[in-house]
Amino acid sequence: MSENLVEVRNLVKHFPITKGIIRQKQIAAVHAVDDISFDVIRGETLGIVGETGCGKSTTARLMLRLLEPTSGTITFDGRDISHLGRRDLKPLRSEMQMIFQDPYSSLNPRKTVGSIISEPYVIHGTNKSDKARKTEVQGLMERVGLNPEHFNRYPHEFSGGQRQRIGVARALALRPKLIIADEPVSALDVSIQAQILNLLRDLQRDFGITLVLIAHDLSVVRHMCDRVAVMYLGSIVELADSDALYRHPTHPYTGALLSAVPVPDPALAAARRRQVLGGDVPSPTNPPAACRFHPRCPKAQEVCSQIEPALEEKHAGDASACHFPLSEGEVLERIATAETAEARDAAQQSS
Amino acid sequence: MSALLEVDDLHVYFDTDDGLVKAVDGVSFSVDRGEVLGIVGESGSGKSVSMLTVMGLTRSSNTQLSGAARFEDRDLIELKPDELRQVRGNDIAMIFQDPLSSLHPFYKVGWQLVEAIRAHQNVTKAAARERSVELLDMVGIPEPRRRVDAYPHEFSGGMRQRAMIAMALANEPKLLIADEPTTALDVTVQAQILELIARLQRELGMAVILITHDLGVVAEVTNNINVMYAGRIVESAPTDRIFAAPEHPYTWGLLRSIPSLDRPRDEELVPIPGRPPSLINRPTGCHFHPRCPYVRERHKQVDPRLDAVLDDADHKVACLLPSETRKRIWSELKAGKDPQEARAAVNLEEVEEVGR
Repeated sequence: MSENLVEVRNLVKHFPITKGIIRQKQIAAVHAVDDISFDVIRGETLGIVGETGCGKSTTARLMLRLLEPTSGTITFDGRDISHLGRRDLKPLRSEMQMIFQDPYSSLNPRKTVGSIISEPYVIHGTNKSDKARKTEVQGLMERVGLNPEHFNRYPHEFSGGQRQRIGVARALALRPKLIIADEPVSALDVSIQAQILNLLRDLQRDFGITLVLIAHDLSVVRHMCDRVAVMYLGSIVELADSDALYRHPTHPYTGALLSAVPVPDPALAAARRRQVLGGDVPSPTNPPAACRFHPRCPKAQEVCSQIEPALEEKHAGDASACHFPLSEGEVLERIATAETAEARDAAQQSS
Repeated sequence: MSALLEVDDLHVYFDTDDGLVKAVDGVSFSVDRGEVLGIVGESGSGKSVSMLTVMGLTRSSNTQLSGAARFEDRDLIELKPDELRQVRGNDIAMIFQDPLSSLHPFYKVGWQLVEAIRAHQNVTKAAARERSVELLDMVGIPEPRRRVDAYPHEFSGGMRQRAMIAMALANEPKLLIADEPTTALDVTVQAQILELIARLQRELGMAVILITHDLGVVAEVTNNINVMYAGRIVESAPTDRIFAAPEHPYTWGLLRSIPSLDRPRDEELVPIPGRPPSLINRPTGCHFHPRCPYVRERHKQVDPRLDAVLDDADHKVACLLPSETRKRIWSELKAGKDPQEARAAVNLEEVEEVGR
């Protein structure tokens, strides 16, 4: 058995833009995901971060084969699933599950919680008897922090946080090998977010599930993930161990993302030199040539618009696609933590 | 000099089929000229409703209003609709969370700006258009002369929010109310917008009320912060003190439950148990008591008042625990203890409480 549960190689997904009504002619394509490669190691939590439209959700849907890739391969548990048909995919579906962002629209309002959570058993024909199924579901409800007596209630009777727990229980029902959580807490109230994050972390440990967490909040990803992939306009610009990434990001885009995180500490926030990226993310229909980040990059030079940088290791545990990775000093300027503030002071004194 | 806006004992109740929703229940605060005030709270804490009421946007036959909101010595609650319209969009402007639904999709951005200007100023269309270009330039929209003729859908999220800010600033308001202005935006764009608001606030010297659920956002730009819970202010203090020495258990909960770049990666988050209360059947006594780890029998009956803490008149907290005890609990929490350990460490059962 290989160490990697999922292997993604040169994955590409283009959505065609067509013109005409009867004879549709493709005039352009949205380059949602453009040639990305990465592995998901068994038992780890991999974070995928990036701004709206960077292709993180498309990547997730490709990994679950809810979408078919334009080219490239996805290997799940040693099997190439890139172009499998519906029937071949069905048995695999029980091994991969998804938790959605919006706990309101992802639960059928006409079904009881019990039947929502037992749906996976019905579809995959496991746990045949009703009684066994009910016991199983109630056990799950208990496990995710819901009252098992609420088996016959409807989703509208629950709060946002509880609904997200229902979504988690449903994903967990078939004991999948892989769970992909797409922004699982961004629709929840702040005081509830920590409850769901702690729950996901506990379940991941207890059941040995491999978790892919998609989020735009960098502090959430840092807290949850072992490794992080940073995406920009359909490509991975940095792929690193969490510790390495947050201590020393090497891609200027990651630096800018980290620098933009609001810091709940006025003193630290004042000490940092915030690097605000100018402009907007360019259109994915016609992404910039070579390094896609070069038009907004503070360190860009001529070569950046000519040669596309490869994703290669910059220091231990950190690979990024950049010709001019961030130096230690530049990292300290951008990130506001007590640690960087100290290091900054030390550097100032010695100079 | 008197305060620019003084909200005094504001109550906003909505009569609904399910019962009386007490959305805002006795809120008092003031904003000085040029001050940036942050209002922090979760959904349903009354932070938006209180500001909408100040703008006169919650008036309806099933709304029960009481209290006062004095803006330059005029009570906005008592103003007639015509008079209110003179103030709204002129002296006080508001921007909202979702910039797409706040702009009219059928009209060009420039047209909407011209309308906002001409509603309050007696100028020609051409002059108003010139001013729109200036405003778009001021909020950092590239090529403003061309963009003035664009439709909202041609703008990105960040640019729409910039256009909303331009519209709000059209008549040089004395007070800008920003209701979750960056929640719908990406972090990098959020940083741009916050920087823009801070710059304009400095340049134009206007007061800003920033409503948000994100403590990180308010930490960077505000002078003072009100923390709201279930329709009331539970803690109010200058920004540095809210973060250095918070005294309300809810504020502690908020600070400890968000993951931060600054804390060890494997540290457990300490969630606030339970969920926000129903505003129809609110808990008795202290509204936070069902979720509070430091609750005692008395807290379930006595409703705490917003009182100044020990030796700091600007820092007010609505909590029944004595101020010294709260300071000790916070220092335990800061040292990395969880709420149960902190409760044991300060020997909460032995503490004497007085007053309400």
